[in-house]
Amino acid sequence: MKPFNILWIQSGGCGGCSISVLNAELPDFFSSLKHNNINLLWHPSFSEACGQDFLALLEKIESGQLLLDAFCLEGSVMMGPQGSGRFHLLSGTRRPMFDVIKSLTEKARHTLAIGSCAAFGGITMSGPNPGEATGLQFEGQIAGGLLESSWLDTSRLPVINIAGCPVHPNWVIETLSQLAQGEINPAQLDSFNRPRSYTKHLVHHGCPRNEYYEFKASAKRPTDLGCMMENRGCLGTQARADCNIRLWNGEGSCLRGGFTCINCTAPEFEEPGHCFTETPKIAGIPIGLPTDMPKAWFVALSSLAKAATPKRLKVNSESDHIRISPGMHEEET
Amino acid sequence: MTEKSPTRRILGPFNRVEGDLEVNIEVDQQKISRAWVNAPLFRGYEQILHGKDPRDSLIYTPRICGICSVSQSVAAAQAIASAQGLKPTQNGQLATNLILAAENLADHLTHFYLFFMPDFARECYRDKAWFNDITFRFKAQTGSSTRDVLPARAAFLHMTGILAGKWPHSLALQPGGTTRPVESLERIRLLGTITAFRHFLQEVLFGAELEQVAALSSEEDLLQFVDQHNQHDFAQFISIAQDLNLNRQGKTNGNFMSYGAYPEDDHFLFNAGTWHQQLQTFNPDDIREDISHSWVNSIASPKHPFQGSTIPDSDETSGYSWCKAPRLNQQVMEVGAISRQVISGHPLIRDLVDKTGANVQNRVISRLLELALVIPAMEQWVKQIQPGQDFCQESIIPREAQGAGLVEAARGSLGHWLRIKNGRILNYQIIAPTTWNFSPRDSSEQPGALELALQGTEMGDDQSSAAMIQHIIRSFDPCMVCTVH
Repeated sequence: MKPFNILWIQSGGCGGCSISVLNAELPDFFSSLKHNNINLLWHPSFSEACGQDFLALLEKIESGQLLLDAFCLEGSVMMGPQGSGRFHLLSGTRRPMFDVIKSLTEKARHTLAIGSCAAFGGITMSGPNPGEATGLQFEGQIAGGLLESSWLDTSRLPVINIAGCPVHPNWVIETLSQLAQGEINPAQLDSFNRPRSYTKHLVHHGCPRNEYYEFKASAKRPTDLGCMMENRGCLGTQARADCNIRLWNGEGSCLRGGFTCINCTAPEFEEPGHCFTETPKIAGIPIGLPTDMPKAWFVALSSLAKAATPKRLKVNSESDHIRISPGMHEEET
Repeated sequence: MTEKSPTRRILGPFNRVEGDLEVNIEVDQQKISRAWVNAPLFRGYEQILHGKDPRDSLIYTPRICGICSVSQSVAAAQAIASAQGLKPTQNGQLATNLILAAENLADHLTHFYLFFMPDFARECYRDKAWFNDITFRFKAQTGSSTRDVLPARAAFLHMTGILAGKWPHSLALQPGGTTRPVESLERIRLLGTITAFRHFLQEVLFGAELEQVAALSSEEDLLQFVDQHNQHDFAQFISIAQDLNLNRQGKTNGNFMSYGAYPEDDHFLFNAGTWHQQLQTFNPDDIREDISHSWVNSIASPKHPFQGSTIPDSDETSGYSWCKAPRLNQQVMEVGAISRQVISGHPLIRDLVDKTGANVQNRVISRLLELALVIPAMEQWVKQIQPGQDFCQESIIPREAQGAGLVEAARGSLGHWLRIKNGRILNYQIIAPTTWNFSPRDSSEQPGALELALQGTEMGDDQSSAAMIQHIIRSFDPCMVCTVH
């Protein structure tokens, strides 16, 4: 069977998505590609070819001699300064990287944005956006980035945005494998063209702090065990990803690591408008409550839950280890 | 073919250098007479950070680099702590050491197996006696070593899953410690993870106990060790290094610097210092950033990073890189594992450097040696964790203060300099390890460390000269996304 050819390019990002895919386990990243008949034509961290060999490969793809099934971009598209692309020229040439990227999207059967930078501009777009960074088909929440909002590949798919900062290795491997098997259609993508396979979940799903959330038993300090939504800026109840179902590096997730979800799969997560680790409040009530629940109900339920909080949860939520186990009534330590 | 007058060539793109790199060379009499190193990507983190809440630097700065992410977090946390006058708790410091060591050791491993060794499987080495074995073992993506290394690396990084939620880009590293308390039973799991990696290193990389590798004390010792363990990957590299004389390639001036790695009570596991033929104390006040050959707006003489700025200016005609040129007392310094081991006085590295200087071979040996030195330290740190004691303490952000965070990333010295005014970031300057190693020239026309290392390299028309440039460049384990951020 003909292999599914992919080419992976990096531009205005940190390389962290490539490093994250290397964390794939059972099987590892290279084995996964092999098992799914995916041929990595070139990758900036994993390939032997350099310099002229790479430029020759690029020429073969751009001239149509070599069919590219999928083009993966990691990192934002760098347009600056003043739209010149000088902030990222392809090494060994004087060609702006955005021009290379554009040309590859025209040649490839499918285009994938790997990570939130390539999808939406991401972290590189923060602050005054000094690099004039943008995403492939979105600029923040607004459709249309390097490519028009109406752009479609030859199979009538938009750019597939595997958003995340970084991506989970399996989001990438599974999406590429589905694509190689011709199993992806537009209905499998959400409104930001992210694979629904992982964005149909909330980070909240599977969070080990759920019981604290139910009773609004909240963490105050960095190591407290309680729910981090009320005080510590956690966006897990709004963030679209399966981080607490799939887990990272064996058994981790941001919340399991003791810190807040910053909603890194969402466009414009990089500019929340307040300190990331502090929940903005009006009259003591957090703003930005779960989106699909009437606010009045949420507030009413919360006060009820707070009044009913068992001592066990109240005590443990403000401790860095479990002081009262289920079934016990007094502190053990 | 002999060349009468010097010719110029542009080399790039280079891969397996974590980011973008372009090198211009001038060839005279079939040797590189001069080299100019260019970091071609500019993102502007210093401007992004200006005006932000200082605590937010813990979200932004790790995202400078996906492979040095924890090092960036630790430097940022330390800069804030130093501005607050805060010290991490003892447990927090131990957990920080463990998370940073997990990243640094995983990086050393990735560098050796995925970034550095695959160059010896290039076609130009087909006639070498070792070619078939090395190609089978180290060929990019398909070599047998990837099937051993990727699972071992990923399993070892469960350290970060437990202690830091995930890797890269964790928020667990805070000014006052870490956010993930460790319970008694979890220490057992951490030790198990480290032990599994220890066994991988012993059985696959070295073919010997780590303590035996750590105890090597001279070149003679090393060669004897290699004879006895010649089927293992470490020894395979040494044999190639001898065959290709890699200890004569990629030499710098032998000025080394280390900020000190892994604090333990009142000292470091690897001491801070500088080395110019002898050990000297390191003073961060002696750092200046020269921008005479950078595409950076230059109106003044070199500045200390507390006073520095990073305003891009692509019209700067004397510039040839987005990278600035950091200097210590106007001197070019090399940073990385070799510098740490010379400065902390490891007898094997001192002996090797004494005999042949800073070169391709000695850089790679220093990195692998650190795998053997740091794993036993990690085992001790886990045992020293006291469950039930604090992992993190908090303090307010001062209205006006400044602080620096100096750490050792896998590839060398990383510094963050933070100034706070009205509780916001007034100025944030970052000097990364590869900013030191791959800097452009300075105002006195001193070439940077790599520029110097490339000078004098034989440059025939054959493919093996091209391969030697690759070995030299990658021997620094460059991280270009950190270099210019």
